Amino acid sequence: MTAVPSGHGGPFARLTHFYRRSEGARGLALLSPTMLIMLAALAAPLAILALYSFWTQDGYVLSTQFTLAQYATSLGRATYRELFYRSIEISSLVTLITVLLAYPMAYFVAFRVEKSKFVWLILLTIPFWTSYLLRVFAWKLILGYNGVINSGLMSLGVIHQPLEFLLYNPTAVVVTLAHAWAPFAILPIYVSLEKIDRSLLEAAADLGDGPVRRFLRITLPLSMPGVIAAAVMIFVPTTGDYVTPSLVGGSDGVMIANVIEVQFDKVGNWPLGAALAMASMAAVGLATLLFITAMRAAAGRIR
Amino acid sequence: MRKRTNGVGLFSYAVFYLAFLYVPVLFLPLFSFNRSVFIAFPLTGFTTQWYRDMSADSAMLHALGNSLEVGTVTAIFSTMLGLLAAKALTRYRVPGGGALLAITSLPLFIPDIVLGISLLILLNALSIPLSLLTVIAGHSLICVPFAITVLMSRFEGFDKSLEEASLDLGENGWMTFWRVTFPLALPGIISSLLLTFIVSFDEFLIAYFLAGNEATLPIYIWGQLRFPYKLPAVLALGALILVASTILVVLAEWTRSRGLGDRKHMMVGA
Repeated sequence: MTAVPSGHGGPFARLTHFYRRSEGARGLALLSPTMLIMLAALAAPLAILALYSFWTQDGYVLSTQFTLAQYATSLGRATYRELFYRSIEISSLVTLITVLLAYPMAYFVAFRVEKSKFVWLILLTIPFWTSYLLRVFAWKLILGYNGVINSGLMSLGVIHQPLEFLLYNPTAVVVTLAHAWAPFAILPIYVSLEKIDRSLLEAAADLGDGPVRRFLRITLPLSMPGVIAAAVMIFVPTTGDYVTPSLVGGSDGVMIANVIEVQFDKVGNWPLGAALAMASMAAVGLATLLFITAMRAAAGRIR
Repeated sequence: MRKRTNGVGLFSYAVFYLAFLYVPVLFLPLFSFNRSVFIAFPLTGFTTQWYRDMSADSAMLHALGNSLEVGTVTAIFSTMLGLLAAKALTRYRVPGGGALLAITSLPLFIPDIVLGISLLILLNALSIPLSLLTVIAGHSLICVPFAITVLMSRFEGFDKSLEEASLDLGENGWMTFWRVTFPLALPGIISSLLLTFIVSFDEFLIAYFLAGNEATLPIYIWGQLRFPYKLPAVLALGALILVASTILVVLAEWTRSRGLGDRKHMMVGA
């Protein structure tokens, strides 16, 4: 490779020289293929989704005349509004349960396990990677009319009629989602707990704080970033979940993703589906912002 | 004394938590060996009938082939993209690196249903026919963030000065990559390949919108769930998928941690 003399040569040579010298430029060049592909693969679909939500479709004919009609339907029709509320409600509940259940678990691995942390972490992450569809389906088997719980209790003689309230309702959706998303909450919380400087706890103990005060004034506030990350990572995708409400929700447990999917099925009204998707993203975004602001304020007050 | 009881309480909670994670899923393999076609207690006897039914199903084998193909290509493609991004973000002070990293992890914060339909609309607008290729594109989108995370933790784990030494000793950038960076990053690369493969292999919803007339394994399973008499064979298939995924995950995590162990070893040796 020949060195480029500085100050000489055309603009290209100067550019090459700058490139060799500048760390940032080299980093950007290395990063650019991934960035460009990811940006294009994200921005283009989302842009066209937004575009479609302002159009109309009559049968197979698409009209590109700008209109807010799809949003009027999405937000105006009572059934859709109801589904937005229900989706947010279900996933808020799922988020709350998942985070509350995961916190002591993450705390245990971060503070109590000493030698076999790695084994615990692997055990907790295996379900994270293995088939979501099958984990949800397992609950249909468990809660079903002739399912594991009913047939188990009947063969034990505890009940004589299958319990009908187990499957096909919002509670079944909440239980199933809380189980399927459990591993997502543990890692962020664990990471933030693990980062806490232990000498802070020792100092507080030396200064006479008991375990409860130590937890409330040091551990909990310092682990809030992990809790918030876990909550967002669960809340956002569960609001748009399709598999769980389809398998265990029944007609009372239908969520917004189910009606979005229908618009892309045989009935087919893509612009309406696009508007429903945009509206649900906006709703989720808004709810997330409110949540983060509220949590930050609460964490600030504890301290 | 109090600390001790507290420890026991937390430990039993942890055990219950693990049971909560695993027991529901274990019903799949349990009933896959049950003789009755109905999935209910009491168990009626042991059989491997459902595994034979399943493996004789040509539609299932076709879907399996598709999933292996999609998973392999997705894993290689997203790991390559992840490798570039991870090296850039850990080795150079890239202006706005944090924001760029946030953009690449954006797919994790968009519901799959939205990714699926928006990609479907885009492909339709561009008149690109749906095929396994479009599934690969969709899966790569959600796999790249995982690849970047796994690889960045690996790159952060080994010493930058090894690469600098190689460059100082006269190797060019390309040879430095092959002889220093690549071998050191290899555990991370293998781990990233395995994990992105599993994410793609198990992914249902995006593939459901983008596969057209083809079926991946999760799409095939989804189609079978409507037929009660086919459930035992689905359970057999599900049990095998769980076992295979678990082995791959353990392998991936083990490679990654062994890589990190090497580093300690190396530092002790140095």
